[in-house]
Amino acid sequence: MNLTFHNKSITGILTVLPSKAINFDDEIDNYNFSRAQSMKLKLAMGYKQRRVVDEDVCSSDLCIHGLEYLFEEKFLAKDEIDALILVTQSPDHFMPPTSNIIQGRLGLKEDIICLDINQGCAGYIIGLIQSFLMLEQESINKVALLNVDVLSSKVSNKDRNSNPLIGDGASVTIVEKSIIPSTIHANIKMDGQKADVLMIPAGGFRLPSSKATAKLEKDSSGNERAKDHLVMKGDDVFNFIMTKVPPLINSLLEQAQKDIEDIDYFMFHQPNKFILKKLADKLDVPYEKMPNNVVENFGNASGVSIPTAITHNLQEKLIHDEANLCLAGFGVGLTWSSMLIQLKNLKFCKTINY
Amino acid sequence: MIEQIKIILKSIRPELDFTSSNNFFEDGLLDSFELVLMVTELEDTFKIVIDGVDIIPENFKNINSIVSLINSSKKR
Repeated sequence: MNLTFHNKSITGILTVLPSKAINFDDEIDNYNFSRAQSMKLKLAMGYKQRRVVDEDVCSSDLCIHGLEYLFEEKFLAKDEIDALILVTQSPDHFMPPTSNIIQGRLGLKEDIICLDINQGCAGYIIGLIQSFLMLEQESINKVALLNVDVLSSKVSNKDRNSNPLIGDGASVTIVEKSIIPSTIHANIKMDGQKADVLMIPAGGFRLPSSKATAKLEKDSSGNERAKDHLVMKGDDVFNFIMTKVPPLINSLLEQAQKDIEDIDYFMFHQPNKFILKKLADKLDVPYEKMPNNVVENFGNASGVSIPTAITHNLQEKLIHDEANLCLAGFGVGLTWSSMLIQLKNLKFCKTINY
Repeated sequence: MIEQIKIILKSIRPELDFTSSNNFFEDGLLDSFELVLMVTELEDTFKIVIDGVDIIPENFKNINSIVSLINSSKKR
């Protein structure tokens, strides 16, 4: 599905990362693989360090920390927020919506729309799409888009497929109406028939958590995980990304009548370094235009990886200058989506610690 | 080329004998993460770029299929 939006802009991006860092080398003995083999994989995949929250920290805590920072620094005023969109797979509770909890704890106005969206790796673009749609309303002038996930506790520490790359984090993106004429192109596709490729089987209403779902089971590769843990079918995910994402990007460029050379940076979701290099090769994009350093420094926090890539790599440039970005998110659902957007003279573009 | 491929396979799973298998994946000798190691080692050794869509078990199931893949992959 192709989408087009007019006269909307991102005016600031803040990433909030936990201070606690875990090193891959310190966990290497958890896995049922030789140390030498795991070290080779470390280089190929970009496993190095990831940021995780303490057990008692929830999604709302990271988001509130970020919003309070923006209030204190006068980048944002409470009364300006007409809509609070929160994209997460790790809500504080099944009910109420975490966005309502954030509104209440921060004392935001009642004249507001709070909306939770359950999405993962494509969640940044889905959140932007929803923000642009809301901004079509006369009474909505500023949206605070929150992306957050704290899934590290839902991954088995004996699962070498997932554990070394999963990080926690949040981002706050301010989206507004723009007085400068602009066009944003996007596209999105979904395939729910492959919903089991990335999932946490237990813990919802279909299969509530129990002693049985907490029991570790060994897979054919030697990884151990329970039904309460995240399951990623590596072969299927890789094949999905390689077959679906390059045509998605080529279609978006065609839709916008742009070439690869017109794009300054390709800020893609970062599942691991190997996949990003393969995507860059396939699209003939130089590696320096597609940063792949989020997983190795912070881990993959689902929909937060794109804003993290932006604030980590383009902080100075986007405050003082401009850049044409191609964003792409792909993962749980399955969902794959991309967007062409120009970012220019942001009020803030920063990473802070929690 | 075949000897170099055997050395790479041995470096990834030193404890296993790849010469007696005709399908490394069905026989449980390699998994998807070891496939990643295979790709990086083959690219470095033979100075090739393996297309992402070609990184499927079918193309790495035995030495002959790996030879075919190397020959069809583009040179750096």
